[in-house]
Amino acid sequence: MTYGVTLERDTSFSEWRPLARRCFLAGVPPEAMEWRCSTAEASLFDTPLSLPTPRPDAQNPILRSNCLALLKSILRHADQTRFDLAYRILWRAQTEPSLAAIPLDPDIARALRMSHQIRRDAHKMEAFLRFREIGESENGRRLFLSWFEPDHYILPTVAPFFTRRFTDMDWAILTPKGSITWNGTECLITRAPCPKPDLSDTLEQLWQTYYASIFNPARIKTKAMRSEMPRKYWKNLPETRLIPQMLAQAGARVTAMATQQPQEAPQFHKRLQKRRAEKP
Amino acid sequence: MKQSLSERLAILSDAAKYDASCSSSGAGKRDSAGTKGLGSTGNGICHAYTPDGRCISLLKILLTNFCIYDCAYCINRSSSNVQRTRFTPDEVVWLTLEFYRRNYIEGLFLSSGIIRSPEDTMAQMVHVARELRQTHNFRGYIHLKTIPNASTEQLAEAGLYADRLSINVEMPTEQGLAAYAPEKKAGIIRHSMGEMQTRIEAGKERTLSGRRPPRFAPGGQSTQMIIGADTATDHDILASSSSLYSGYRLRRVYYSAFSPIPDASAILPVRPPPLLREHRLYQADWLYRFYGFQFSEITAGRPDGMLDLTLDPKLAWALANRALFPVDLNRASREMLLRVPGLGVRSVNALIATRRHKHLRLEDLARLNVSLRKVKPFVHTTGWSPARLVDQANLRQAFLPRPQQLTLF
Repeated sequence: MTYGVTLERDTSFSEWRPLARRCFLAGVPPEAMEWRCSTAEASLFDTPLSLPTPRPDAQNPILRSNCLALLKSILRHADQTRFDLAYRILWRAQTEPSLAAIPLDPDIARALRMSHQIRRDAHKMEAFLRFREIGESENGRRLFLSWFEPDHYILPTVAPFFTRRFTDMDWAILTPKGSITWNGTECLITRAPCPKPDLSDTLEQLWQTYYASIFNPARIKTKAMRSEMPRKYWKNLPETRLIPQMLAQAGARVTAMATQQPQEAPQFHKRLQKRRAEKP
Repeated sequence: MKQSLSERLAILSDAAKYDASCSSSGAGKRDSAGTKGLGSTGNGICHAYTPDGRCISLLKILLTNFCIYDCAYCINRSSSNVQRTRFTPDEVVWLTLEFYRRNYIEGLFLSSGIIRSPEDTMAQMVHVARELRQTHNFRGYIHLKTIPNASTEQLAEAGLYADRLSINVEMPTEQGLAAYAPEKKAGIIRHSMGEMQTRIEAGKERTLSGRRPPRFAPGGQSTQMIIGADTATDHDILASSSSLYSGYRLRRVYYSAFSPIPDASAILPVRPPPLLREHRLYQADWLYRFYGFQFSEITAGRPDGMLDLTLDPKLAWALANRALFPVDLNRASREMLLRVPGLGVRSVNALIATRRHKHLRLEDLARLNVSLRKVKPFVHTTGWSPARLVDQANLRQAFLPRPQQLTLF
């Protein structure tokens, strides 16, 4: 008999945990469990899913702290098979207590890879999110707004970073997976998808000036750039629209430097040299 | 004619880009929670990348590009005809804060041309850092370039506000420095480094009563060498790094392949060195800092003192020391596993953690996401033995890039 649960796509660890516990207490092995997302297309042969009833004499599952941390982490991944993997690790960890400490076990290797992807996603959000100033809030503080498209459900993960860094201003971060708002004392995280706002900030011109000037045309390494800043982030960054133009002009700028004739030194250099020669 | 802020930003960031350092790490954890301030530090974050493959982590600018020194490799040397300009300290403070609020940067990396005197220049830079920290409660990252010959009090105050201080040795050898930067003295640069090292270490020690001494640049100090402008070999460069890392406890030595600049000095070579050379030097630097190699080992097998451009230094070392291979994945020490080409620190950690619980097989290696082609000749385990592969005379050929037909047109 197959048991199963239909879940929302963005189900978090705290919501999944009681369901998993109930299935575990009923003694349902991972092969007999089906974790289905509500938005996935139901196939013709899908049977309606039902939750099993726990056995009264069942033992609570026990996890070591590193295993619990790993499960908490992978439940933030957008991959819909994460529930299967998490339940299988939960099941196996009862007979293999040190499971989470074996990085080359196939299940753990996959979980670690997912965990790494989540960390990278959070790191890139901290790096590539851009605030735009939109005026003042009711309490007289400067107000900023930003738009970002994370791959995974990481808003609770990154919120402390932003509140601790941008403490003295009011801001909101809108994403397709929810929003974070901060007013100086309170941080509010919602899960409803937000529409993309239309924003502009005059300071972006100065930032673009900086971005174009700090670039060295004599060394082109676009592969290195793309591996750290993949194209999917470009559309929301104010500076990346300059890249094609910067690359197109690079060759001519290098040639100009190479073919430039030696010029006479400026007056102030000559005066300096003269003064230095006069000094003993 | 007065230039706009945007024009000056263009000139003064263009003038700063030849300094490779942009790291914003090492400052420890600090944030603004519960304060009226702005900013935090932690692990460095790269906020953008330019098409030259370098990251933008800090607002890297000069206070001014006027300079009384005439260092041949420098775009701002006094004999160059570049356009000159300057920022006021307030403008630098404003730019840093506004960029920071929009999450463009981790903080400020401020350097400057030498104007009037070294003390005068340093005083202006310290002024900017003081304004940021004290007037604006800025808690982000600050990296200050130290001017050689600055006074002791200035250095102490700079260390109070800055997370990292740096001073560039510029050239790998003293002769190189004398030839290219006549006004700079290697002895004075090293003396300043030594003084900073003493203060950095003193800043970490508590007194007998457990009190903390005043803060001094918790992110340590770093330096930069220019590669390929003079005739120094990779061996000279790495020997110089070795003495800098061990003698002054530097956090980083940056290698900057000399890059063509507008209105270049006639004594510079016409052609820049291959970028690959800089890359190989960084790889050698990594082997020293994270893999337990000595610099002398890395260049030992190279008669001309230059690193192999076609193979990475670890692979080149392994090919020159084949008697040590193949190693047993299940028994080899951590130190030896770190020396296997293709295995990085993370892979070695995973192998060691796993072999505490089970016997390693070839399939486990395949799960590591490493280049099996590179690793296999140097290890053996259940399911794999390289047999005589590691002894083959032409093993080097297997790792060389495929030869390519030159284009006819």
